[in-house]
Amino acid sequence: MSYFSDIYHGIQTLLTGMGVTGKYFLNSRKGAITQQYPDNRDTLKMFERFRGEVVMPHDENNEHSCTGCQKCEIACPNGSIEIIWDRQVDPETGKKKKMIDKHIYHFGMCTQCGLCVDACPSDAIKWAPNFENAVYDRSQLTRVLNKPGSKVRAGVE
Amino acid sequence: METATINNNFKSEEYFINMGPQHPATHGVLRLLLTIDGEIIKKVEPDLGYIHRSIEKMCERDSYQQIVHLTDRMDYLSSHINNEAVCLAVENALELEVPERVKVIRTIIDELTRISSHTLWWGVMGMDVGALTSYFYGFRDREMINDIFEETCGARLTMNYNIPGGLMQDIHPNFVKRVKEFIAHFKTKLPEYDKLLTGNIIFQKRTKGVGVLSKEDAIAYGASGPVARGSGYSCDVRKHHPYSALDKVSFNEALHTEGDSYARYLVRIQEMWESVSIIEQLIDNIPEGDFKVATNAVIKLPKGEYYQKVETARGELGVYIISTGGKNPHRMKFRSPGLSNLSLLNHITVGGKIGDLVATMATIDIVVPDIDR
Ligand code: SF4
Ligand code: SF4
Repeated sequence: MSYFSDIYHGIQTLLTGMGVTGKYFLNSRKGAITQQYPDNRDTLKMFERFRGEVVMPHDENNEHSCTGCQKCEIACPNGSIEIIWDRQVDPETGKKKKMIDKHIYHFGMCTQCGLCVDACPSDAIKWAPNFENAVYDRSQLTRVLNKPGSKVRAGVE
Repeated sequence: METATINNNFKSEEYFINMGPQHPATHGVLRLLLTIDGEIIKKVEPDLGYIHRSIEKMCERDSYQQIVHLTDRMDYLSSHINNEAVCLAVENALELEVPERVKVIRTIIDELTRISSHTLWWGVMGMDVGALTSYFYGFRDREMINDIFEETCGARLTMNYNIPGGLMQDIHPNFVKRVKEFIAHFKTKLPEYDKLLTGNIIFQKRTKGVGVLSKEDAIAYGASGPVARGSGYSCDVRKHHPYSALDKVSFNEALHTEGDSYARYLVRIQEMWESVSIIEQLIDNIPEGDFKVATNAVIKLPKGEYYQKVETARGELGVYIISTGGKNPHRMKFRSPGLSNLSLLNHITVGGKIGDLVATMATIDIVVPDIDR
């Protein structure tokens, strides 16, 4: 007798499970989380805090706010940031001042930990939400963040 | 006479095969050396080293702020809890009292991490015993948690949201709303998990009485987490040594005594319910305040030895720091739950069928980068 009750019970549990899947089969549009990437590129919006890559925003006068203090370089756990700096004469005050020559960011080594952006005292670097970063050659992942000819914004210490 | 020759011709012989390191059922790059006789397992030897990154050695080079992000890459499914372990160890050493707000937020995200890890495990567990559907349902619910993490912490897995002294940034304004939405959603989905898999006759036949681990062996092998609790060994660090805001909430430790795969499965399902209840107790009462206390830019721990343990989704993670007073630890050691849990795999699978090895391994819920640091 237990043979038949086992079969009955077994089929019952299978039907219970199929009830769940059947419910989703009939309401397949509801609650779907699948994103139609890459077709939805135009509408896809990443969260504002998403850590994609480190960028240095420049304003319309080609000025950034990096003073060359090297705090980001020290904070970085794996040497992804390299700052090349020298002392140049500030045209306004006439005094010699530390300025960056190049802010080099090795994106290929970066672990997106966020310590550099957290460490920067003048908010000179921030996160950009780009995530499509495949390139053909490793060297393309080494980026100079300050644009050519840019200089530090006046008043940023 | 005749029967003897036939038996001779069909004499079975022990042989050896590799499972992994590239095998979907080993959940990462784990190589198992199997000695089998037909379908019966004679010996299982895990072979590690395929994803060794010498994290402990790297810690000796890094500052205490930098160490935190390395622990993301150990048990990547409990990254926030790993981060917290290091931060708690450093904070205790510095005798730093973090604000209540930080403690509550940390505990909420811990429990979300635990749910996300267990939903992933549930999906994969179903897949390992041949039920692909559960995989999609598990990942669907996990996706909502990942969105919460991405919005508040900035990343889905390697969040690095904890810093010694607090959190990297305050929670996102949408955090509370989204967590509440998730909890409401998840409470309707968990019963579906039971309908789909827990009660399923095939699943029960595959797991009940398979891979039995006795309580004595669980203790002897140093098992922790759901694996030990499935054998009736009460070892929840959250219960016995509460940290962060866990002393303010009431919850039950999930315990089952059978010790088989099914018991370990039930422990995790029950833990998800408990995590839901912990989050519900805290989410409405996040205290106002700062999200971090200032620490020195260069953290130097006083000379000495420090140990902090936390309960990750897989068991007890211990962080052991020896400091000589400098800005880097002299030695850093992680006691990962996965290694001890994996060490008992041979013990509980020998004598069983090779198909059950996959199911049993799924209930141990290993994450290989955690074992192989
Ligand atoms: S995100 Fe982390 S790894 Fe990347 S450059 Fe900044 S500090 Fe270095
Ligand atoms: S980016 Fe910020 S932290 Fe780095 S050198 Fe410039 S100002 Fe200093």
